[in-house]
Amino acid sequence: MTAPSPDASPPLLAIRGLSKAFLGVQALDGVDFTLHHGEVHALLGENGAGKSTLIKTLTGVYQRDAGLVALEGREIAPRSVDEAQRLHIGTVFQEVNLLPNLSVAENLFLGRQPTRFGFVDRRAMNRRARAVLVPYGLAIDVTAPLGRFSVATQQIIAIARAVDMSAKVLILDEPTASLDAQEVAVLFTVMRTLKARGIGIVFVTHFLDQVYAVCDRITVLRNGRLVGERRTAELPRLDLVAMMLGRELEEAAHRIELGPAGGDDRAPLARFRGYGKARSVEPFDLDIRPGEVVGLAGLLGSGRTETARLVFGMDRADRGEATVDGRPVRLRDPRTAIRLGFGFCPEDRKKEGIVGELSVRENIILALQARQGWLKPLPRRRQEEIADRFIRLLDIRTPDAERPIQLLSGGNQQKALLARWLATEPRLLILDEPTRGIDVGAHAEIIRLIERLCADGMALLVVSSELEEIAAYSRRVVVLRDRRHVAELRGEEVTVERIVAAIAAEPGAKEPGAKEPGATAPGATAPGGAPR
Amino acid sequence: MIQRFLPLIVTSAVLVVGFLLCAAQFPNFASLRVVGNLLTDNAFLGITAVGMTFVILSGGIDLSVGAVIGFTTVLLAVLIEQAGWHPAAAFAAALAVSTGFGAAMGLVIHVFRMPPFIVTLAGMFIARGMGFVLTTDSIPVNHPLYGVLNDVALRFDGGGRLSLPAMLMLAVFALAVVLAHWTRFGANLYALGGNRQSAELMGVPVGRTTVLVYALSGGLAGLAGIVFSLYTGAGYSLAATGVELDTITAVVIGGTQLTGGYGYVAGTFVGVLIQGLIQTYITFDGSLSSWWTKIVIGALLFIFILLQKGLLAVWTGRGGETAEA
Repeated sequence: MTAPSPDASPPLLAIRGLSKAFLGVQALDGVDFTLHHGEVHALLGENGAGKSTLIKTLTGVYQRDAGLVALEGREIAPRSVDEAQRLHIGTVFQEVNLLPNLSVAENLFLGRQPTRFGFVDRRAMNRRARAVLVPYGLAIDVTAPLGRFSVATQQIIAIARAVDMSAKVLILDEPTASLDAQEVAVLFTVMRTLKARGIGIVFVTHFLDQVYAVCDRITVLRNGRLVGERRTAELPRLDLVAMMLGRELEEAAHRIELGPAGGDDRAPLARFRGYGKARSVEPFDLDIRPGEVVGLAGLLGSGRTETARLVFGMDRADRGEATVDGRPVRLRDPRTAIRLGFGFCPEDRKKEGIVGELSVRENIILALQARQGWLKPLPRRRQEEIADRFIRLLDIRTPDAERPIQLLSGGNQQKALLARWLATEPRLLILDEPTRGIDVGAHAEIIRLIERLCADGMALLVVSSELEEIAAYSRRVVVLRDRRHVAELRGEEVTVERIVAAIAAEPGAKEPGAKEPGATAPGATAPGGAPR
Repeated sequence: MIQRFLPLIVTSAVLVVGFLLCAAQFPNFASLRVVGNLLTDNAFLGITAVGMTFVILSGGIDLSVGAVIGFTTVLLAVLIEQAGWHPAAAFAAALAVSTGFGAAMGLVIHVFRMPPFIVTLAGMFIARGMGFVLTTDSIPVNHPLYGVLNDVALRFDGGGRLSLPAMLMLAVFALAVVLAHWTRFGANLYALGGNRQSAELMGVPVGRTTVLVYALSGGLAGLAGIVFSLYTGAGYSLAATGVELDTITAVVIGGTQLTGGYGYVAGTFVGVLIQGLIQTYITFDGSLSSWWTKIVIGALLFIFILLQKGLLAVWTGRGGETAEA
C-alpha cells in the first residue's frame, strides 16, 4: 500500500501543463498529473472538472493543445486508442467495450490473434487465453461467448486484455459503476495484484469509499484546473470533498432538519399491502404520505429498482393490493400511474430517459405533452417558459434551451430529466439513482431540490446506493436485502450506520469499505415489512 | 457448446427430414442425379448467399446483389457477342466491375456513415439501370467456350454429375468457412457485427473491413452472374430479379442473425439447399404451382425467426440473472 516516493525514479507517466479547449471552452488548463510505477492513483473531480478530457487526451481520442506527456521520460502523443495501446497505455471504460458475441479468447486477442501460415490458430489462442486469465483467478470456458458472463467478469477480461497488450499504464474509467459489492472486491484484488507487478493504475470513480479502499494517491481537478495531489492516507475525507467542491462543505447538506411537513398523521397518498411479484420482489407493505421522502436502500440487486418499477406499474404485481387516496387501484402500466399523478426518473438515463437528439426544451416538456395528448400541442411560448423556468430552477448548465441534450454533461442531463417530471407536477415522484454518475456539487443541489419539492407537498420515493445521500434526505428508509423489504427506519433512526447495519444483518452482505456496522441493528423493525 | 450451434443443428435437421420425406414419396428422389442438379441449379444463389452472409454478419445488408447478377449477365453478353471479347477476359472484367461496385458502396457506407440499406438500395437501382443502358434485349451467348465449360463435370454412376457451377459453389463455401473462422478478417467481421464502436475501440480496422466486405459481396455477386450466364446461356437485364431477397432468406434460415454478429457460413449452405429442396419437390410433384415454393419458404422463414428469437430469450434470460433488472 505504500507508494514510491515521487523523487525516487523517473515517474511512469508525467503530464505537465496539459491544456485542451473545445470551441473556446477551456476543458483543461495547465494540468499536471504524475503516475508512478505500482501505484493506484485516483483521478477525482466534479463533472466538467476535466477528468474525461484528460483521459481522452491520454488515450489518443483527443489531441492536446499544449503541454507535455511523457511515458518513462519519453514524450508521447498518441493519435488513436490503438496507438495509445501500443504505447503501453491501456484503458477500460465504464461500459465494457468488448464484444458479447465473440468468445472470451477472441475478445482477448482480437487484432493480434496467434496465426500459423497466415491463419488464426484457434487452439493456440484458446490456450493462451486460459493462461492469461489465470492470474485473475478466472477459470472459465474461454470458447464461450463473452456475453454469457457477468459484467464483473467482462470487466476483468477487459482489464486482462489491456494488461496483456503490455500495458504499463492502466486507466480504469468508472469500472465499478455497475458492479455489486462482491464484484467490486474481486476487482480490487485484481488491481492490487497488478499494482504489485509495477503497473500504474489511474482510477476514476465517484465512490469515495472505493478511493480510500484502494488508492495510494489522489489528484483532484476542478473546472479544468489542478486543485492538488495528495496521499490518500494524509487526506481526510472531508478535506477531499472540500477540494472537489472548492469550498468548505456545508454541514447542513448532510444533516438536514426535516420540517414538520408530512408527519405520520397524514393520510397516505399511496398504500401498498402484501404487494409483490414472483421472482422480482417479495410481498411488501409500504405507505407513502404527501410531503415525505421515502428512501429505498440496499445493495445492487436487492430489489430496490424492482420495488420502484412495481409502484410505477412498469412491472405488474401478481399479488397484494394498492390504494391511492384510499381507493383501490390496479397499476397495470405506467400510463395508469401517470394518470394517478406518479412520475418516474429511471436509473439508466441514456437508455430509458433522455432523447439525445432533441433539445433540452423538448426533453423537458416531453412528459407534460404526453400527458396532455399529442393532439393538443403546448404553445411554443409556453414550452419556452417551462424550459427556461426549470433551467433556472435546477441550474441546468446549457448555453440555451435549444441545445441537443446529448451535448450536456451527465449531471445536467439528469437534472433535465428531473425537470421533465417536475413539469407535470406529480404527486408522487419516483427517483431511481438520481445522483448516479453525478459530481458532488450537483449532488448537493439535487438533494436541496428534493427537500424543496417535499415542502410543497410532493411525495418522493428514492432509490439510491449512496447511503449518505439517502440518510440525508429521507424521512423513512426501507431497507431491502435479497429481494425482501427487511427493515423500515424512521426519523431519528435514519442514519448511515443503521442502514448499513440493516443491510449487513447477514454476514458478508455489506458494501465494501462501508463503515463497520454496530453489533445490532437497533431501531430496525422485524423483517418482512412494517407491522400492520 | 450445443447451444451455440443450435440454430445450425435445427436447420440441418429440417433439411435431412425434408429430404427423407421427399425420398419417401418419390423413390427416384434420393439419387446422385437429383442431388447434383440441386447443387447446379442453386449454385448462383449459394455463391451470392456467401457474400450476403458476410455482409449480414458484419451488421449490414446488401440489396444490390440481384441487380449485380443481372448486370453481369448483360455485360458478359455484350462483351462477348457484340464487342468480340474472349469470355475469359469478359469474366475478369465482370469480376473487376462488380468487386469495384461493391467496394464503392462500402466506401460510401463507411465514409458518410450511411445506412447500408439505403446505399445498397441505391446500388440496386444503379446496377439494374446500367444493365438496361447496355441493352434491353435478351442476348444469347453462343461462344464455344460456354459449351465447353457447361460440359465440365465430375460424373458419377447413375447419371449424377457435379457441374462446374456446383464445384465453384462448393469451393466458395469452403473458402468462406476458412475466411470466417480462421482469419483475422473473419474475426473483424464478427466484431463489427457485434458492436461497431467497441470494435473500433479494440483496434478493429472498421473502414477497411467495411469496404472489403461489400467488395467481397459485390465480387461474389459478379461470380454468381458468370455462373448464371453459363447456366442460362444468355444476358438479360431483368435476370435474377429478387435474388437479393432469396439470399437474405437463405442466410436467415441458415441461422445468421439479421442484426449481425451471430451466425455461420455453413448454415447459409444448408439454407440454400432447403430452398432448392422445396423447389425440387414441387418440380417432382408436377401438379403444384411453383408459387408454393414462396409460401413454404415464407412459412419456414417465419418459423426460423421465431426460433431464433426464442433461443435468444433463453440465452439472455440466463445471463440476466447476474444483472439487476
